Amino acid sequence: MTPPVTTWSFFTDHRAEILGATFDHLVLVVIAMIIAILIGVPLGMFIVQRPALRAIALGMASVFQTIPSLALFGFLIPIPFIGGIGKRTAIVALVLYALLPILRNTYVGLTGIDPAVLEAAEAMGMTRAQTLFRVRFPLALAVILAGIRTATIITIGVATIAAAIGAGGLGTFIFRGVALVSDALILAGAIPAALLALLADFLLGLLERRLRVS
Amino acid sequence: MNTKPPLSPIKTIEFRDVSFHINVIPSRVIVCGISLEILHGETLVLLGRSGSGKTTLLRLMNGMLFPSEGKVLVQGRSTAAWDPIRLRRGMGYVIQDAGLFPHFTVAENVALIPTLENWDASRTAARIQEMLQLVGLDPREFSRRRPRELSGGQRQRVGVARALAADPPILLMDEPFGALDPVNRAELQREFSALARRLGKTIVFVTHDLREALLLASRIVLLEAGRIVASATPQEFLRLDHPEVRAFTASLAITPGAPV
Repeated sequence: MTPPVTTWSFFTDHRAEILGATFDHLVLVVIAMIIAILIGVPLGMFIVQRPALRAIALGMASVFQTIPSLALFGFLIPIPFIGGIGKRTAIVALVLYALLPILRNTYVGLTGIDPAVLEAAEAMGMTRAQTLFRVRFPLALAVILAGIRTATIITIGVATIAAAIGAGGLGTFIFRGVALVSDALILAGAIPAALLALLADFLLGLLERRLRVS
Repeated sequence: MNTKPPLSPIKTIEFRDVSFHINVIPSRVIVCGISLEILHGETLVLLGRSGSGKTTLLRLMNGMLFPSEGKVLVQGRSTAAWDPIRLRRGMGYVIQDAGLFPHFTVAENVALIPTLENWDASRTAARIQEMLQLVGLDPREFSRRRPRELSGGQRQRVGVARALAADPPILLMDEPFGALDPVNRAELQREFSALARRLGKTIVFVTHDLREALLLASRIVLLEAGRIVASATPQEFLRLDHPEVRAFTASLAITPGAPV
Protein backbone atom coordinates (compact mmCIF):
# COMPACT_ATOMS: atom_id res chain seq x y z
CA MET A 1 0.00 0.00 0.00
CA THR A 2 1.30 3.38 -0.91
CA PRO A 3 0.80 6.08 1.67
CA PRO A 4 -2.17 8.36 0.89
CA VAL A 5 -1.12 11.35 -1.12
CA THR A 6 -3.11 14.53 -0.68
CA THR A 7 -4.28 16.23 -3.85
CA TRP A 8 -2.47 19.42 -3.00
CA SER A 9 0.91 17.85 -2.46
CA PHE A 10 0.41 15.81 -5.63
CA PHE A 11 -0.16 19.10 -7.51
CA THR A 12 2.94 20.72 -6.07
CA ASP A 13 5.10 17.63 -6.58
CA HIS A 14 4.01 17.18 -10.20
CA ARG A 15 3.75 20.83 -11.19
CA ALA A 16 5.99 20.44 -14.21
CA GLU A 17 4.09 17.44 -15.59
CA ILE A 18 0.71 19.08 -15.09
CA LEU A 19 1.86 22.25 -16.79
CA GLY A 20 3.36 20.20 -19.58
CA ALA A 21 0.12 18.29 -20.10
CA THR A 22 -1.87 21.53 -20.01
CA PHE A 23 0.42 22.93 -22.68
CA ASP A 24 0.03 19.78 -24.82
CA HIS A 25 -3.72 20.02 -24.36
CA LEU A 26 -3.72 23.64 -25.44
CA VAL A 27 -1.58 22.86 -28.51
CA LEU A 28 -4.04 20.15 -29.54
CA VAL A 29 -6.99 22.54 -29.14
CA VAL A 30 -5.32 25.47 -30.89
CA ILE A 31 -4.21 23.40 -33.91
CA ALA A 32 -7.65 21.82 -34.24
CA MET A 33 -9.40 25.19 -33.89
CA ILE A 34 -7.18 26.89 -36.46
CA ILE A 35 -7.89 24.13 -38.98
CA ALA A 36 -11.62 24.13 -38.15
CA ILE A 37 -11.82 27.92 -38.57
CA LEU A 38 -9.87 27.79 -41.84
CA ILE A 39 -12.34 25.21 -43.16
CA GLY A 40 -15.57 26.30 -41.44
CA VAL A 41 -15.59 30.04 -42.10
CA PRO A 42 -14.79 29.92 -45.85
CA LEU A 43 -17.15 26.97 -46.28
CA GLY A 44 -19.88 28.93 -44.48
CA MET A 45 -19.28 31.89 -46.80
CA PHE A 46 -19.37 29.56 -49.78
CA ILE A 47 -22.69 27.89 -48.93
CA VAL A 48 -24.36 31.30 -48.60
CA GLN A 49 -23.85 31.65 -52.36
CA ARG A 50 -24.59 27.98 -53.16
CA PRO A 51 -27.95 26.91 -51.74
CA ALA A 52 -27.51 23.42 -53.24
CA LEU A 53 -24.49 22.71 -51.04
CA ARG A 54 -26.01 24.22 -47.92
CA ALA A 55 -28.01 21.18 -46.78
CA ILE A 56 -25.16 18.78 -47.56
CA ALA A 57 -22.50 20.75 -45.70
CA LEU A 58 -24.62 21.50 -42.65
CA GLY A 59 -25.99 17.94 -42.63
CA MET A 60 -22.56 16.35 -42.70
CA ALA A 61 -21.22 18.64 -40.02
CA SER A 62 -24.15 17.81 -37.77
CA VAL A 63 -23.63 14.07 -38.34
CA PHE A 64 -20.04 14.37 -37.09
CA GLN A 65 -21.26 16.34 -34.12
CA THR A 66 -23.83 13.68 -33.27
CA ILE A 67 -21.42 10.71 -33.24
CA PRO A 68 -20.18 10.12 -29.67
CA SER A 69 -16.60 11.33 -29.41
CA LEU A 70 -15.04 8.06 -28.34
CA ALA A 71 -16.83 6.30 -31.22
CA LEU A 72 -15.57 8.93 -33.68
CA PHE A 73 -12.00 8.32 -32.51
CA GLY A 74 -12.68 4.62 -32.99
CA PHE A 75 -13.91 5.15 -36.54
CA LEU A 76 -10.88 7.23 -37.48
CA ILE A 77 -8.19 4.87 -36.19
CA PRO A 78 -8.49 2.28 -39.03
CA ILE A 79 -8.55 4.95 -41.77
CA PRO A 80 -5.22 5.10 -43.64
CA PHE A 81 -3.20 8.37 -43.59
CA ILE A 82 -5.45 10.29 -41.21
CA GLY A 83 -6.00 7.42 -38.76
CA GLY A 84 -3.82 5.47 -36.38
CA ILE A 85 -2.93 6.10 -32.77
CA GLY A 86 -1.72 9.55 -31.76
CA LYS A 87 -2.16 13.28 -32.10
CA ARG A 88 -2.97 13.35 -35.80
CA THR A 89 -6.11 11.25 -35.47
CA ALA A 90 -7.13 13.26 -32.43
CA ILE A 91 -6.77 16.53 -34.32
CA VAL A 92 -8.87 15.23 -37.22
CA ALA A 93 -11.62 14.24 -34.79
CA LEU A 94 -11.45 17.56 -32.96
CA VAL A 95 -11.71 19.43 -36.25
CA LEU A 96 -14.77 17.43 -37.25
CA TYR A 97 -16.34 18.24 -33.89
CA ALA A 98 -15.57 21.94 -34.04
CA LEU A 99 -16.81 22.31 -37.60
CA LEU A 100 -20.55 22.39 -37.03
CA PRO A 101 -20.78 25.35 -34.63
CA ILE A 102 -18.38 27.37 -36.77
CA LEU A 103 -20.04 26.48 -40.07
CA ARG A 104 -23.55 26.97 -38.76
CA ASN A 105 -22.83 30.30 -37.08
CA THR A 106 -20.96 31.59 -40.13
CA TYR A 107 -23.95 30.73 -42.28
CA VAL A 108 -26.51 32.10 -39.82
CA GLY A 109 -24.46 35.25 -39.25
CA LEU A 110 -24.08 35.95 -42.94
CA THR A 111 -27.73 35.32 -43.76
CA GLY A 112 -29.32 36.89 -40.70
CA ILE A 113 -28.64 40.45 -41.79
CA ASP A 114 -31.33 43.12 -42.06
CA PRO A 115 -32.72 42.74 -45.62
CA ALA A 116 -32.88 46.53 -45.99
CA VAL A 117 -29.10 46.71 -45.51
CA LEU A 118 -28.48 44.07 -48.15
CA GLU A 119 -30.97 45.67 -50.53
CA ALA A 120 -29.22 49.01 -50.12
CA ALA A 121 -25.83 47.39 -50.74
CA GLU A 122 -27.05 45.79 -53.95
CA ALA A 123 -28.94 48.83 -55.17
CA MET A 124 -26.02 51.17 -54.48
CA GLY A 125 -23.90 49.11 -56.86
CA MET A 126 -21.75 47.04 -54.52
CA THR A 127 -20.45 43.87 -56.12
CA ARG A 128 -21.14 40.50 -54.51
CA ALA A 129 -17.60 40.34 -53.17
CA GLN A 130 -17.81 43.87 -51.76
CA THR A 131 -21.12 43.06 -50.10
CA LEU A 132 -19.65 39.89 -48.62
CA PHE A 133 -16.44 41.39 -47.28
CA ARG A 134 -17.57 44.91 -46.38
CA VAL A 135 -21.10 44.30 -45.20
CA ARG A 136 -22.06 40.71 -44.53
CA PHE A 137 -18.80 39.56 -42.97
CA PRO A 138 -18.25 42.45 -40.53
CA LEU A 139 -21.91 42.26 -39.47
CA ALA A 140 -21.68 38.49 -39.00
CA LEU A 141 -18.43 38.58 -37.07
CA ALA A 142 -19.95 38.51 -33.58
CA VAL A 143 -22.16 35.55 -34.50
CA ILE A 144 -19.22 33.73 -36.11
CA LEU A 145 -17.17 34.36 -33.00
CA ALA A 146 -19.95 32.93 -30.85
CA GLY A 147 -19.65 29.75 -32.94
CA ILE A 148 -15.89 29.72 -32.47
CA ARG A 149 -16.39 30.11 -28.75
CA THR A 150 -18.79 27.16 -28.59
CA ALA A 151 -16.42 25.10 -30.75
CA THR A 152 -13.44 25.93 -28.54
CA ILE A 153 -15.22 24.80 -25.41
CA ILE A 154 -16.35 21.57 -27.08
CA THR A 155 -12.81 20.99 -28.33
CA ILE A 156 -11.26 21.50 -24.89
CA GLY A 157 -13.69 18.92 -23.55
CA VAL A 158 -13.33 16.37 -26.33
CA ALA A 159 -9.53 16.75 -26.25
CA THR A 160 -9.50 15.21 -22.76
CA ILE A 161 -10.98 12.05 -24.31
CA ALA A 162 -8.34 12.15 -27.06
CA ALA A 163 -5.87 10.86 -24.46
CA ALA A 164 -7.60 7.49 -24.91
CA ILE A 165 -6.03 7.21 -28.37
CA GLY A 166 -2.64 8.40 -27.25
CA ALA A 167 -2.91 12.07 -28.07
CA GLY A 168 -1.59 13.18 -24.69
CA GLY A 169 -2.93 16.23 -22.88
CA LEU A 170 -4.83 16.52 -19.62
CA GLY A 171 -6.96 13.47 -20.33
CA THR A 172 -3.91 11.34 -19.70
CA PHE A 173 -4.13 12.16 -15.98
CA ILE A 174 -7.84 11.50 -15.85
CA PHE A 175 -7.65 8.09 -17.54
CA ARG A 176 -4.64 7.07 -15.45
CA GLY A 177 -6.36 8.32 -12.31
CA VAL A 178 -9.47 6.29 -13.10
CA ALA A 179 -7.36 3.20 -13.70
CA LEU A 180 -5.40 3.67 -10.47
CA VAL A 181 -8.44 4.88 -8.49
CA SER A 182 -6.53 8.05 -7.57
CA ASP A 183 -8.63 11.16 -6.95
CA ALA A 184 -5.51 13.28 -6.96
CA LEU A 185 -4.51 12.07 -10.41
CA ILE A 186 -8.04 12.54 -11.79
CA LEU A 187 -8.23 16.07 -10.41
CA ALA A 188 -4.78 16.89 -11.82
CA GLY A 189 -6.38 16.45 -15.23
CA ALA A 190 -9.90 17.61 -14.50
CA ILE A 191 -9.18 20.89 -12.74
CA PRO A 192 -6.85 22.40 -15.38
CA ALA A 193 -9.21 21.19 -18.15
CA ALA A 194 -12.17 22.87 -16.47
CA LEU A 195 -10.19 26.07 -15.86
CA LEU A 196 -9.05 26.10 -19.47
CA ALA A 197 -12.64 25.83 -20.71
CA LEU A 198 -13.87 28.55 -18.36
CA LEU A 199 -11.03 30.86 -19.30
CA ALA A 200 -11.56 30.34 -23.04
CA ASP A 201 -15.27 30.97 -22.60
CA PHE A 202 -14.65 34.16 -20.68
CA LEU A 203 -12.02 35.59 -23.05
CA LEU A 204 -13.87 34.77 -26.24
CA GLY A 205 -17.09 36.07 -24.70
CA LEU A 206 -15.34 39.36 -23.99
CA LEU A 207 -14.14 39.60 -27.60
CA GLU A 208 -17.58 38.71 -28.90
CA ARG A 209 -19.25 41.51 -26.95
CA ARG A 210 -16.74 44.02 -28.27
CA LEU A 211 -17.52 43.03 -31.85
CA ARG A 212 -21.28 43.02 -31.54
CA VAL A 213 -22.96 45.71 -33.60
CA SER A 214 -26.61 46.35 -33.04
CA MET B 1 -25.07 81.37 -87.73
CA ASN B 2 -25.35 77.72 -87.03
CA THR B 3 -28.84 77.03 -85.78
CA LYS B 4 -29.61 73.64 -84.42
CA PRO B 5 -33.11 72.23 -84.30
CA PRO B 6 -34.54 72.59 -80.77
CA LEU B 7 -33.50 69.65 -78.64
CA SER B 8 -36.30 67.36 -77.67
CA PRO B 9 -36.37 66.67 -73.94
CA ILE B 10 -33.84 63.97 -73.05
CA LYS B 11 -35.39 60.67 -72.13
CA THR B 12 -33.40 59.55 -69.12
CA ILE B 13 -35.38 56.38 -68.55
CA GLU B 14 -37.77 54.75 -70.95
CA PHE B 15 -40.04 51.73 -70.58
CA ARG B 16 -41.04 50.18 -73.89
CA ASP B 17 -44.05 47.93 -73.48
CA VAL B 18 -42.58 46.25 -70.43
CA SER B 19 -44.09 43.31 -68.63
CA PHE B 20 -42.66 41.45 -65.72
CA HIS B 21 -43.97 38.17 -64.44
CA ILE B 22 -42.63 35.60 -62.05
CA ASN B 23 -42.35 32.16 -63.56
CA VAL B 24 -44.29 30.13 -61.09
CA ILE B 25 -47.25 28.05 -62.19
CA PRO B 26 -49.59 29.72 -62.85
CA SER B 27 -47.23 32.53 -63.75
CA ARG B 28 -47.83 35.66 -61.70
CA VAL B 29 -47.95 38.95 -63.58
CA ILE B 30 -46.46 41.78 -61.55
CA VAL B 31 -46.48 44.60 -64.10
CA CYS B 32 -47.90 44.56 -67.59
CA GLY B 33 -47.80 46.70 -70.73
CA ILE B 34 -45.79 49.53 -69.16
CA SER B 35 -44.74 52.29 -71.55
CA LEU B 36 -43.29 55.28 -69.83
CA GLU B 37 -40.81 58.03 -70.55
CA ILE B 38 -39.03 59.72 -67.68
CA LEU B 39 -37.47 62.97 -68.79
CA HIS B 40 -34.27 64.55 -67.64
CA GLY B 41 -34.75 66.64 -64.52
CA GLU B 42 -38.31 65.67 -63.73
CA THR B 43 -39.57 64.29 -60.45
CA LEU B 44 -41.80 61.43 -61.39
CA VAL B 45 -43.91 59.98 -58.62
CA LEU B 46 -45.13 56.42 -58.98
CA LEU B 47 -48.31 56.32 -56.95
CA GLY B 48 -50.30 53.22 -56.13
CA ARG B 49 -51.56 50.89 -53.45
CA SER B 50 -49.24 48.25 -52.03
CA GLY B 51 -48.81 45.45 -54.54
CA SER B 52 -49.55 47.69 -57.52
CA GLY B 53 -46.06 47.14 -58.93
CA LYS B 54 -44.34 50.44 -57.98
CA THR B 55 -41.26 48.91 -56.44
CA THR B 56 -40.98 46.42 -59.31
CA LEU B 57 -40.73 49.36 -61.73
CA LEU B 58 -37.91 50.84 -59.66
CA ARG B 59 -36.07 47.53 -59.61
CA LEU B 60 -36.50 47.23 -63.36
CA MET B 61 -34.77 50.61 -63.72
CA ASN B 62 -31.60 49.70 -61.81
CA GLY B 63 -31.20 46.20 -63.16
CA MET B 64 -32.18 44.39 -59.99
CA LEU B 65 -34.94 42.92 -62.17
CA PHE B 66 -35.14 42.53 -65.93
CA PRO B 67 -38.30 42.72 -68.05
CA SER B 68 -39.94 39.46 -69.09
CA GLU B 69 -41.11 41.31 -72.20
CA GLY B 70 -40.17 44.70 -73.59
CA LYS B 71 -37.20 46.85 -72.75
CA VAL B 72 -36.11 49.35 -70.15
CA LEU B 73 -33.69 51.94 -71.50
CA VAL B 74 -31.55 54.06 -69.23
CA GLN B 75 -29.80 56.94 -70.97
CA GLY B 76 -30.69 55.29 -74.26
CA ARG B 77 -29.26 51.90 -73.41
CA SER B 78 -31.15 48.76 -72.44
CA THR B 79 -30.61 47.77 -68.80
CA ALA B 80 -29.66 44.31 -70.05
CA ALA B 81 -26.74 45.85 -71.95
CA TRP B 82 -25.49 47.86 -68.95
CA ASP B 83 -22.91 46.56 -66.51
CA PRO B 84 -25.25 46.33 -63.50
CA ILE B 85 -22.67 47.83 -61.15
CA ARG B 86 -22.09 50.90 -63.36
CA LEU B 87 -25.82 51.27 -63.92
CA ARG B 88 -26.57 51.27 -60.19
CA ARG B 89 -23.70 53.58 -59.27
CA GLY B 90 -25.30 56.15 -61.55
CA MET B 91 -28.55 55.91 -59.57
CA GLY B 92 -28.83 56.95 -55.96
CA TYR B 93 -31.20 54.70 -54.04
CA VAL B 94 -33.13 55.49 -50.89
CA ILE B 95 -35.42 52.99 -49.20
CA GLN B 96 -37.91 53.03 -46.39
CA ASP B 97 -35.71 51.84 -43.54
CA ALA B 98 -32.73 53.73 -45.01
CA GLY B 99 -30.72 50.49 -44.98
CA LEU B 100 -27.74 52.24 -43.44
CA PHE B 101 -24.80 49.99 -42.65
CA PRO B 102 -24.95 49.60 -38.86
CA HIS B 103 -21.21 48.95 -38.52
CA PHE B 104 -20.30 52.16 -40.38
CA THR B 105 -20.38 55.65 -38.93
CA VAL B 106 -22.58 58.27 -40.57
CA ALA B 107 -19.53 59.59 -42.44
CA GLU B 108 -18.57 56.10 -43.66
CA ASN B 109 -22.11 55.48 -44.81
CA VAL B 110 -22.18 58.69 -46.81
CA ALA B 111 -18.74 57.90 -48.21
CA LEU B 112 -19.80 54.47 -49.44
CA ILE B 113 -19.78 55.06 -53.20
CA PRO B 114 -16.87 57.55 -53.19
CA THR B 115 -14.85 54.89 -51.31
CA LEU B 116 -15.84 52.15 -53.75
CA GLU B 117 -14.94 54.48 -56.59
CA ASN B 118 -11.53 55.15 -55.00
CA TRP B 119 -11.89 58.90 -54.55
CA ASP B 120 -8.94 60.40 -52.75
CA ALA B 121 -9.39 61.04 -49.04
CA SER B 122 -9.59 64.83 -49.12
CA ARG B 123 -12.20 64.86 -51.87
CA THR B 124 -14.25 62.25 -50.01
CA ALA B 125 -13.99 64.15 -46.72
CA ALA B 126 -15.12 67.38 -48.37
CA ARG B 127 -18.00 65.56 -50.00
CA ILE B 128 -19.16 64.08 -46.68
CA GLN B 129 -19.27 67.58 -45.16
CA GLU B 130 -21.13 68.97 -48.12
CA MET B 131 -23.68 66.15 -48.23
CA LEU B 132 -24.44 66.22 -44.51
CA GLN B 133 -24.97 69.98 -44.64
CA LEU B 134 -27.19 69.52 -47.67
CA VAL B 135 -29.54 67.23 -45.74
CA GLY B 136 -29.49 69.47 -42.66
CA LEU B 137 -27.17 67.50 -40.38
CA ASP B 138 -24.23 69.23 -38.71
CA PRO B 139 -21.14 67.24 -39.78
CA ARG B 140 -19.33 67.99 -36.51
CA GLU B 141 -22.16 66.54 -34.52
CA PHE B 142 -23.13 63.58 -36.70
CA SER B 143 -20.10 62.35 -38.69
CA ARG B 144 -18.87 59.92 -36.08
CA ARG B 145 -22.20 58.62 -34.88
CA ARG B 146 -23.48 55.16 -35.71
CA PRO B 147 -26.90 54.68 -37.29
CA ARG B 148 -28.31 53.29 -34.03
CA GLU B 149 -27.57 56.63 -32.37
CA LEU B 150 -29.85 58.47 -34.80
CA SER B 151 -33.59 59.08 -34.90
CA GLY B 152 -35.63 57.70 -37.79
CA GLY B 153 -35.69 61.07 -39.51
CA GLN B 154 -31.94 61.55 -39.11
CA ARG B 155 -31.33 58.08 -40.53
CA GLN B 156 -33.38 58.94 -43.60
CA ARG B 157 -31.40 62.16 -44.05
CA VAL B 158 -28.19 60.14 -43.98
CA GLY B 159 -29.76 57.76 -46.48
CA VAL B 160 -30.42 60.67 -48.85
CA ALA B 161 -26.89 62.03 -48.31
CA ARG B 162 -25.43 58.60 -49.09
CA ALA B 163 -27.51 58.29 -52.25
CA LEU B 164 -26.37 61.71 -53.48
CA ALA B 165 -22.71 61.42 -52.50
CA ALA B 166 -21.32 60.35 -55.86
CA ASP B 167 -23.55 62.88 -57.63
CA PRO B 168 -25.58 60.36 -59.66
CA PRO B 169 -27.80 61.85 -62.37
CA ILE B 170 -30.74 59.72 -61.27
CA LEU B 171 -32.26 59.23 -57.82
CA LEU B 172 -34.58 56.32 -57.05
CA MET B 173 -36.61 56.56 -53.86
CA ASP B 174 -38.82 53.80 -52.54
CA GLU B 175 -41.20 55.22 -49.92
CA PRO B 176 -38.26 56.87 -48.20
CA PHE B 177 -40.38 58.69 -45.64
CA GLY B 178 -42.93 55.91 -45.13
CA ALA B 179 -41.73 54.78 -41.72
CA LEU B 180 -41.54 58.23 -40.14
CA ASP B 181 -44.00 59.82 -37.76
CA PRO B 182 -46.30 62.41 -39.40
CA VAL B 183 -44.44 65.47 -38.08
CA ASN B 184 -41.03 64.25 -39.18
CA ARG B 185 -42.45 63.05 -42.47
CA ALA B 186 -43.96 66.42 -43.29
CA GLU B 187 -40.69 68.15 -42.41
CA LEU B 188 -38.59 65.86 -44.58
CA GLN B 189 -41.07 66.08 -47.45
CA ARG B 190 -40.90 69.89 -47.41
CA GLU B 191 -37.12 69.93 -47.22
CA PHE B 192 -36.74 67.28 -49.87
CA SER B 193 -39.11 69.07 -52.19
CA ALA B 194 -36.88 72.17 -52.00
CA LEU B 195 -33.76 70.05 -52.34
CA ALA B 196 -35.09 68.23 -55.41
CA ARG B 197 -35.75 71.52 -57.19
CA ARG B 198 -32.23 72.70 -56.43
CA LEU B 199 -30.50 69.47 -57.50
CA GLY B 200 -31.97 69.22 -60.97
CA LYS B 201 -31.72 65.45 -60.92
CA THR B 202 -34.07 62.98 -62.48
CA ILE B 203 -35.98 61.58 -59.55
CA VAL B 204 -38.30 58.59 -59.47
CA PHE B 205 -40.21 58.51 -56.23
CA VAL B 206 -42.46 55.67 -55.11
CA THR B 207 -45.24 56.32 -52.63
CA HIS B 208 -48.77 55.34 -51.68
CA ASP B 209 -49.39 58.75 -50.17
CA LEU B 210 -51.20 61.12 -52.54
CA ARG B 211 -50.39 64.13 -50.38
CA GLU B 212 -46.70 63.35 -50.72
CA ALA B 213 -47.09 62.79 -54.47
CA LEU B 214 -48.81 66.17 -54.92
CA LEU B 215 -46.10 67.94 -52.95
CA LEU B 216 -43.10 66.43 -54.73
CA ALA B 217 -44.13 65.43 -58.22
CA SER B 218 -43.71 67.22 -61.47
CA ARG B 219 -45.71 64.29 -62.83
CA ILE B 220 -47.74 61.59 -61.14
CA VAL B 221 -48.08 58.13 -62.65
CA LEU B 222 -50.79 56.06 -61.03
CA LEU B 223 -50.47 52.31 -61.01
CA GLU B 224 -53.25 49.84 -60.42
CA ALA B 225 -52.64 46.10 -60.40
CA GLY B 226 -49.45 46.38 -62.42
CA ARG B 227 -50.77 48.74 -65.08
CA ILE B 228 -50.49 52.48 -65.56
CA VAL B 229 -53.98 53.96 -65.25
CA ALA B 230 -53.14 57.66 -65.18
CA SER B 231 -50.27 60.02 -65.89
CA ALA B 232 -50.71 63.68 -65.14
CA THR B 233 -49.27 66.76 -63.48
CA PRO B 234 -50.41 67.20 -59.87
CA GLN B 235 -52.90 69.89 -60.91
CA GLU B 236 -54.44 67.75 -63.63
CA PHE B 237 -54.36 64.64 -61.53
CA LEU B 238 -56.98 65.85 -59.07
CA ARG B 239 -59.42 66.51 -61.90
CA LEU B 240 -59.05 63.12 -63.57
CA ASP B 241 -62.13 60.97 -63.72
CA HIS B 242 -60.91 57.46 -63.03
CA PRO B 243 -62.16 55.27 -60.20
CA GLU B 244 -58.64 54.63 -58.84
CA VAL B 245 -57.85 58.37 -58.96
CA ARG B 246 -61.05 59.07 -57.07
CA ALA B 247 -60.14 56.40 -54.53
CA PHE B 248 -56.90 58.26 -53.89
CA THR B 249 -58.39 61.76 -53.84
CA ALA B 250 -61.02 60.51 -51.42
CA SER B 251 -58.18 59.54 -49.12
CA LEU B 252 -57.17 63.21 -48.98
CA ALA B 253 -60.54 64.06 -47.47
CA ILE B 254 -60.74 67.38 -49.27
CA THR B 255 -63.59 68.63 -51.37
CA PRO B 256 -62.93 68.40 -55.10
CA GLY B 257 -61.63 71.64 -56.51
CA ALA B 258 -60.32 72.96 -53.21
CA PRO B 259 -56.85 74.44 -53.42
CA VAL B 260 -54.08 72.04 -52.60
